[in-house]
Amino acid sequence: MSKQTAQKERSMELQKEMISAHFKRLARAREEGKKVVYTFVPGNLNELVWSFDMLPVHPEINALQSGMRKLSGAYVQEAEKFGHSEDVCTYVKCDIGMLKRGNVGPTGEKLPEPDLLLLSYTGCFTFMKWFELLRAEYDCPVAMLHVPYQAGGRMTPEMVGYVVKQLREEVIPLMERISGRPYDEAGLSERLASSARAEENLVAVWETAKHRPSPIDAYFGGVYYIGPIFSAFRGLESCETYYETLRGEVEERMRKGEGPITPEGTVEHERYRLVVEGPPNWTSFREFWKMFYDEGAVVVNSTYTKVGGLYDDGFRHDPARPLETLAEYCLGCYTNLNLPSRVAYLERAIQDYGADGFLINSVKSCNSFSAGQLLMLRELEKRTGKAGGFIESDLVDPRYFSAANIKNRLESYFQMIEAKRQE
Amino acid sequence: MDCYVGIDLGSTTTKAIFMDTEERILGRGITNSRSNYGLACEIASDEAAINARFALLRARIAEGPRARSVMADLMGWLESKFHLAHHLEQVKALEEVSAGIVGRWPDEGERAIYREALATIFARMREAAAPLFRPDAPVRSDFFRDIASSQYLEYTEQLTREPDDARLTFDRLTAVYDRAILLVEARNYSSNYADYLEFACREVIDVEGFRDARDDITAAAEYAAGVEFNALNTIGTGYGRQTLPFPKHQIRSEILCHGLGAHAMFPDTRTVLDIGGQDTKAIQVDGRGIVTSFQMNDRCAAGCGRYLGYIADEMNMGVHELGPLAMQANRTIRINSTCTVFAGAELRERLAIGERREDILSGLHRAIVLRAMSLLARSGGIESEFTFTGGVAKNEAATSALKRLVHENYGEMTINISPDSIYTGALGAALFARRDRRGDMVNVDLNKLKKRVN
Repeated sequence: MSKQTAQKERSMELQKEMISAHFKRLARAREEGKKVVYTFVPGNLNELVWSFDMLPVHPEINALQSGMRKLSGAYVQEAEKFGHSEDVCTYVKCDIGMLKRGNVGPTGEKLPEPDLLLLSYTGCFTFMKWFELLRAEYDCPVAMLHVPYQAGGRMTPEMVGYVVKQLREEVIPLMERISGRPYDEAGLSERLASSARAEENLVAVWETAKHRPSPIDAYFGGVYYIGPIFSAFRGLESCETYYETLRGEVEERMRKGEGPITPEGTVEHERYRLVVEGPPNWTSFREFWKMFYDEGAVVVNSTYTKVGGLYDDGFRHDPARPLETLAEYCLGCYTNLNLPSRVAYLERAIQDYGADGFLINSVKSCNSFSAGQLLMLRELEKRTGKAGGFIESDLVDPRYFSAANIKNRLESYFQMIEAKRQE
Repeated sequence: MDCYVGIDLGSTTTKAIFMDTEERILGRGITNSRSNYGLACEIASDEAAINARFALLRARIAEGPRARSVMADLMGWLESKFHLAHHLEQVKALEEVSAGIVGRWPDEGERAIYREALATIFARMREAAAPLFRPDAPVRSDFFRDIASSQYLEYTEQLTREPDDARLTFDRLTAVYDRAILLVEARNYSSNYADYLEFACREVIDVEGFRDARDDITAAAEYAAGVEFNALNTIGTGYGRQTLPFPKHQIRSEILCHGLGAHAMFPDTRTVLDIGGQDTKAIQVDGRGIVTSFQMNDRCAAGCGRYLGYIADEMNMGVHELGPLAMQANRTIRINSTCTVFAGAELRERLAIGERREDILSGLHRAIVLRAMSLLARSGGIESEFTFTGGVAKNEAATSALKRLVHENYGEMTINISPDSIYTGALGAALFARRDRRGDMVNVDLNKLKKRVN
């Protein structure tokens, strides 16, 4: 680890400015007469939301930011007071708790109430229940886009047609009514073209991790890189600028042979290259990350950073087929893939990125990710012969992060990789 | 004598293994872990050195013409008497410390009453010592604390049942013990090695009738006492490994150590189960003892060794007494395995409705093994040969429940349980010390260790 601390690059500042501006925009939404749409990250229809000049809010992003800011523990307990069980997804409880405590967002500004709850991905059953709860709180309309699961391992034209039909017949008319604006397909296409350009740059960033040493950490650093494109900004010019800047910086690091940036400087000696499956823990994010970079473990690919789009698998928003491309985007969510597809994706990631092993961070309260992970682990061990590791934590409930236990497992796992190398 | 040292700093016990340059085990040492891991490490290493000296002593005696014919008996007696001397020394220390605690009380009348009670208790403990330390005595705990606790509690109960003076109470007497035992355990008695051995030789020659072998015994004892151990490398593992001043490259995860240790004991091992004090590990290893995958308990340590410790406390018993009692069960009562505290409550409830202790304990052992079975399944199942390691593997009730469940779920297969299973992690660590490619040989702890062993 180099001695330098808290290295700030232009892209980091840009993202900070974008987030700050967005929350300010949200705080002013009512006085400026803007309509607000609450929606989720997987399968989000940002371009469509912006094309109606509405403002998106992503409750999971608020929850994870509350987790990183050490606020989520109190929110989760607040939600439990209202009868939500200990086993319920902690993103939900964090969001409900935040709402009950005045709906002050992670930047300290009050969030506006929603004019529409737009559920554009139903692969996670919890999402549906989450919005049922929010509907009870806010008494506002819900647009529900039913997205079929890719049980057969592929997206069929019928599935796409089914989602497009819902967009055309239910979602868009409702958005027209709430926003008071007509559907503007040309405007939507422009935004989709902008998305595709940002996506192209993001993929270039991911690809740099194939280089040795990797200039990025595709999990701990990766969650920052996905910030703009997975949240409110996809389809906006600022998002395009961000990814151009980021790509430039990362490619420059790669040319110089530099490792990833961490809160304590640059990783100077890459000892383990890992592929990670599952979301990170947010409440002890820094501590968790440190367990990796202290050992020279660099994540070269991760599935969590693909929940808002499998761009590295070739998907790009296509401005020529606006509704179809949105449908395909919703259907192509990582967690909407069946287990064999997820295994195949991970297998490719392990091979293509020259990983020494793969690690699963399993989150018991997140069924979308966690169901079947042990089977995936076994299958990947068999197919790749690489060392598989398994740890458990939670999203935003600080009570479920056992640092000593996780550190013990990680150390064992790294030593296991080392022992395998010496075989 | 050049050697390699492996130390396993578990949450309940600390174990050490001395190994020679040919990867043969020279000696094993074990002690209770305390908050002071440095001390536990030191005591376990000293115990391993003593054990190694006994092995050398045995080998040397076997060469003597007179002793050879009575070898088995002789060594049994020597070791028993050695441990008796050690035990009596600890009883003496416990008595002194207890008397010191009582001696600081302000009320003179109370001081006198409790001093007298302590004198009675410790006289009985001394009387009870010799029968425990005979080659033909029933298996006893390795730890002074276990033996002392059950005796002290038993005698205290008798004394306070109908006391001559109402001021003499069970609670106050046990409170004295609870404070005293910590101080007694914090001492290292290894410097008494020569005295203990001298006592043992004297007892064996004069009391137990090995007079003919006197010269062989004396010569061998002198030889063994003169051997110097030169530790070439030390590896630490286990729960407390991070708290010791070992350099990073001299630390290995206990998962890797248990895998390699199990492989060293049983080379055809493919699946390893280790139930330790606070975690349970299911480990898969390849043909060279290298770990290929593992699973550990998370969030909760119910079903680990401490679960048994808690139950033993609830029943006012030593943890080493649970297994033998459970083996006398007529049936196995279903007990939950998801929470230690609930299991304790369930135990009291079952006792209250008149269930037999043996049957309840049998259920508790099965509960532990059920937790382990689920972890094994998560780690990829069980493949033959299957090796059970860790402290709980010494418990017969746990091993028999495990064998039954393994056979029911995975069919017939070879299940290995070594009497030395508790040392598996330390053995793996010693092997890593021996095989360390970097061959680092010097560190602060080693010098300290060397000085004490010599």
